[in-house]
Amino acid sequence: MIQVQDLEPAPAPRPPGNAVPPTQADRDALEHTWRDPQGFVGWFSAINHKTISKRFLLTTFGFFVAGGLIAVAMRLQLMRPANGLIGPDLYNQLFSMHGTTMMFLFAVPVMQAISIYLIPLMVGARSVAFPRMNAYAYWVFLFGGLMLYAAFLLNIGPDAGWFSYVPLAGPEYAPGKRVDFWAQLVTFTELSALLEAIVIITTVFKLRAPGMALNRIPLFVWAMLVTAFMVLFAMPSVMLASTGLIMDRLVGTHFYNPAQNGDALLWQHLFWFFGHPEVYLIFIPGLGFLSAIIPTFARRPIFGYTAMVLSLIATAFLSFGLWVHHMFATNLPEVGKSFFTAASMLIAVPSAVQIFCWIATLWTGRLNLKLPMLFVLAFFFILVLGGLTGVILASVPLDLQVHDTYFVVAHLHYVLLGGAVFPLAGAVYYWYPKFTGRLMNERLGRWNFWLFFIGFNLAFFPMHLLGLKGMTRRVYTYPAEMGWGMLNFTATMGALLIGASVMLFAINLWRSRTRGQPAGPDPWGGGTLEWATASPPSAVNFEAIPVVYGRDPVWETADHPPSRPEAVAGLATTAREQLVTSVLDAQPDHRQQFPQPTPWPFISAGATSALFIGSIFTPWAVVWGAVPVAIALTIWFWPRHDETAVNVALEKSA
Amino acid sequence: MNRSRLGSPQAESLALDASGLPTHAFGHRNLMWWGTLGLIAIEGTIFALTVVSYFYLQVHAPKWPPNTPPPSLLWGTLNTAVLSASLWPNHLLKKAAEHGDLARIRRNFIACLAFSLVFLAIRVFEFRALNVRWDNDAYGSVVWLLLGLHTVHLITDTYDTAVLAVLMFKGPLESQRLVDVSENAMYWYFVVAAWLPIYAVLYLAPRSW
Amino acid sequence: MKGILRGAVRAVQPVFAGALIAAAFGLQAQPQDVLAPAGPQAAHIQSLWNLTVVVCSIVFAAVLGALVYVLWRRPRADISALPDLSVHMKPESAAMRSVGGAVVASVLLLLLLIVASVLTDRALAHLSLRDALHVQITANQWWWEARYDDEQASNVFTTANELHIPAGRPVIFSLRSNDVIHSFWVPNLHGKKDLIPGRTATLQLQADRPGVYRGQCAEFCGLQHSFMALRVVVESQAQYEPWAQGQRQPAPEPNDESKQRGRDLFLGTSCAMCHAIQGTDASARRGPDLTHLASRQTIAAGTLHNTPDNLARWIRNPQQFKPGANMPATNLSDDELKALVAYLVSLS
Repeated sequence: MIQVQDLEPAPAPRPPGNAVPPTQADRDALEHTWRDPQGFVGWFSAINHKTISKRFLLTTFGFFVAGGLIAVAMRLQLMRPANGLIGPDLYNQLFSMHGTTMMFLFAVPVMQAISIYLIPLMVGARSVAFPRMNAYAYWVFLFGGLMLYAAFLLNIGPDAGWFSYVPLAGPEYAPGKRVDFWAQLVTFTELSALLEAIVIITTVFKLRAPGMALNRIPLFVWAMLVTAFMVLFAMPSVMLASTGLIMDRLVGTHFYNPAQNGDALLWQHLFWFFGHPEVYLIFIPGLGFLSAIIPTFARRPIFGYTAMVLSLIATAFLSFGLWVHHMFATNLPEVGKSFFTAASMLIAVPSAVQIFCWIATLWTGRLNLKLPMLFVLAFFFILVLGGLTGVILASVPLDLQVHDTYFVVAHLHYVLLGGAVFPLAGAVYYWYPKFTGRLMNERLGRWNFWLFFIGFNLAFFPMHLLGLKGMTRRVYTYPAEMGWGMLNFTATMGALLIGASVMLFAINLWRSRTRGQPAGPDPWGGGTLEWATASPPSAVNFEAIPVVYGRDPVWETADHPPSRPEAVAGLATTAREQLVTSVLDAQPDHRQQFPQPTPWPFISAGATSALFIGSIFTPWAVVWGAVPVAIALTIWFWPRHDETAVNVALEKSA
Repeated sequence: MNRSRLGSPQAESLALDASGLPTHAFGHRNLMWWGTLGLIAIEGTIFALTVVSYFYLQVHAPKWPPNTPPPSLLWGTLNTAVLSASLWPNHLLKKAAEHGDLARIRRNFIACLAFSLVFLAIRVFEFRALNVRWDNDAYGSVVWLLLGLHTVHLITDTYDTAVLAVLMFKGPLESQRLVDVSENAMYWYFVVAAWLPIYAVLYLAPRSW
Repeated sequence: MKGILRGAVRAVQPVFAGALIAAAFGLQAQPQDVLAPAGPQAAHIQSLWNLTVVVCSIVFAAVLGALVYVLWRRPRADISALPDLSVHMKPESAAMRSVGGAVVASVLLLLLLIVASVLTDRALAHLSLRDALHVQITANQWWWEARYDDEQASNVFTTANELHIPAGRPVIFSLRSNDVIHSFWVPNLHGKKDLIPGRTATLQLQADRPGVYRGQCAEFCGLQHSFMALRVVVESQAQYEPWAQGQRQPAPEPNDESKQRGRDLFLGTSCAMCHAIQGTDASARRGPDLTHLASRQTIAAGTLHNTPDNLARWIRNPQQFKPGANMPATNLSDDELKALVAYLVSLS
């Protein structure tokens, strides 16, 4: 009888396991085992989650700046009536690029990027699940973004908006390749986000430290888990929609062509079924940041942990039932629209629960008003205002007046910046010392904050009034007699202040790398596991995986009785081995061997990009392009003899 | 330092000793299962939304199919039988992987791949039997999309299966590869199960309009 | 219940109207203004707006108030302060009651707003349609065609970009598009409705206050989305009838040589390929109907005032004012252009 052992490679010696506490030899061996490879090829082979995350964060920040510069250009054009700075063709490309950049290339990816860094640290893992797929997802994202910007710089950037409504974006009214670049960018970014979602879910469910039951994981981890599940069900919708659009434009299908039994509204349904959850994909991680920062600076655990978790889950579910509120002005049946009004208003309830719980935490805590807290306080002002204008927009009659006006532009920026970007800035100030070992400059940070807060309100508050006074969206100019000049001018001044604030932020990020005050492992006195690692963490994160007994393990270690197990011993130090635990209670289950660094995710991403970009020009690219993709993926998967030998050695019991 | 074997902590132990834990596990205990489940969720959502789009377009059309007869039943029904039958060697393959029986693994891989060749060949005839081109009207577009999406899944599933089959003949093997075989079988279940509602939509729905 | 709601809304309205006008930097209500209703639909929406803004302001003030209290009264601590883990032991009932109460209050306020919204929806739909005017709007890139329907075929007429409607009489707009999605929006009168190719939508409204109002396309529709405005003149029935009667007539015959030459040029060059003039052979519908061009205050969908100079400059090179518009530049000599303009100016 043929046995599996017959195909095993020649046996290797079994690698030793770590001690508790880990010896210096353990530390050195683990650092050597988990670190990134050196050299030119090594740079493309890196799969350490912290490395990929930093590249991802830098890239998303780059896109944020690009999207912001585009916004400044738009504001300069709108600064005064009948301005001749930018004509309609360029302006249409600008607002399309601004929306597409911020929504697809910044807001969702940055949240996934930061969680790829933090989640393993917060749950006590040595890496994310599927580290090579994690790297692949980053490269696919990067290549997609580069493709889009290359098209824009060649003056063939998309010009039908980030939402690309048909028939305007269809073959008849949007000739050329512009919209195809947009549609394919969607394919790139959604593929990346979907794969990252799988990475996040698997990491959170299976790689937690022993004792970290699901009701003990940090609320930030809950937020990212919920977000990841939403991604799985929302993003396929836009992928399907954009595939239909590319097919209509490239091979003559009629999904959206009313002349041949297609329907223009099918696009809107598919797009907004994705589009509404999309904004919660951006907002919910922001909520996670708040739940991480507030307890530390209120010197107490969060109030109402269970209610907070249920609120996150309720928000996620409800967000799938709102999409028609983007379509109130169409001729859908009125009765149906009322349902979506009710749902769109009631989703405010779980968010309200969270806000009240945070206020309760602050109310019963002792406050340490450091820089991250300033951004948190800004959330309460800006997001709450944005949420309330959302309640206004939820009502069909009110929406029919302010839909597609600057009122909505104001609303969306209040909720997205208030709910996600301000908390993200706070999160950066909070975790920068963990990532780099140094604190950011407090004074520069306060200037950054106030410029941002004042600039933001100056830029976007007047837009509520502009909408009420009749200014529609997506206009490249407006007549002087409308009386919109002063409000627009004010908004532009605000935008310039925001630009200055972002510059200060960038300067602070850059200078603090070398000049920031050294931070140590726990500069803020936080309670979650990332603060138990070095700053920055070693390549392996945890030389000995901790055993956890509560929600704030770092705070709770002071009280523990000495007789309970504190950490896990026996995991290999010269091979990449992790502990896999059970989903609900994080009971240790088995050991999993993890792969070595490899350039094949990078190469596969290149092959995938060639397939995607080629298929903008010809459908046969899907067929021919599949061959290099298949080859690259096969080589990526194919086991190495030496790695297999080590893994087989680890299979034998100690 | 005091070590404690997992499952029997002693009073003065300071560490849990993981060195004796197994190195692989089947089913929901392993990471690959969750990865595969994630893919199933994604692809299932795509299929579901495409089916919803089909019915959306149908509801808005005065006549369905608008311009052509419904697809002929022969090849589609035949393929449904072939796909369903392929579940049997797939099931045996999964069991063999869980028992580590390499000979049975290899035999069932060959059987599954044989089924693949047959159902891929029949699929070509199914496209012809749709009786409509993708650029004819929205009905043509959505049926080609639905059948095409499923066909892409058949092709990738066949390719994955072939790669694993070769590995089972050539090596190098470790027990984690048996888990991969088991998860690949789970994905095969999904691709066949997803076909059943798609078959109903493509072949039966236009006849019931 | 409804009465109480309406009473509350009416009581709040004057306070709010005042506050909002003050908030809008003291500017006068403009002719494209959500908060300056000239008809019952826009008025219902404004009432709902007032109620909603009051409720939202109260909630905002409460949240901010709580935060201000926290910042003002709570003790400070730094990182050396030990975190308070005792909260795991005690049930924190005071906080639970406060949070619970706040949630209940929020739910009640949201239910109030949902009810108010649904009631407003119903009020909007309750428009008596007796003796309604029927206007068929067809949107194009980037202009509006309006066909005034009538049971008597001889009373049907088509115009573009400028609508006249009688005050106090309901109007039923049926809305279609010839190309991409547009949106019909006259904020002083009602909310907007999208015009979607392949579908016909309906909008029913009534204007009560005579005046000139401006509407604008509110769905991004391409290069000249910014310049697709609509002029809506609301006048008494006594003033509307003569206007409508005038629109029903064919174009006046040219009464001098210059105008005659102008008409010949119109019919002989590319103009007639897109534009119709009733009473001549020109009947194309790719551009606005020009039969009574001179009766309109603006040209190019509200882009320019309708003066002979502007008309000449527009015809010579439309791309100068609306880059991307579907109307090409015209290659006419100065004399020819003068004659053409003279003819067009006569089309009242």
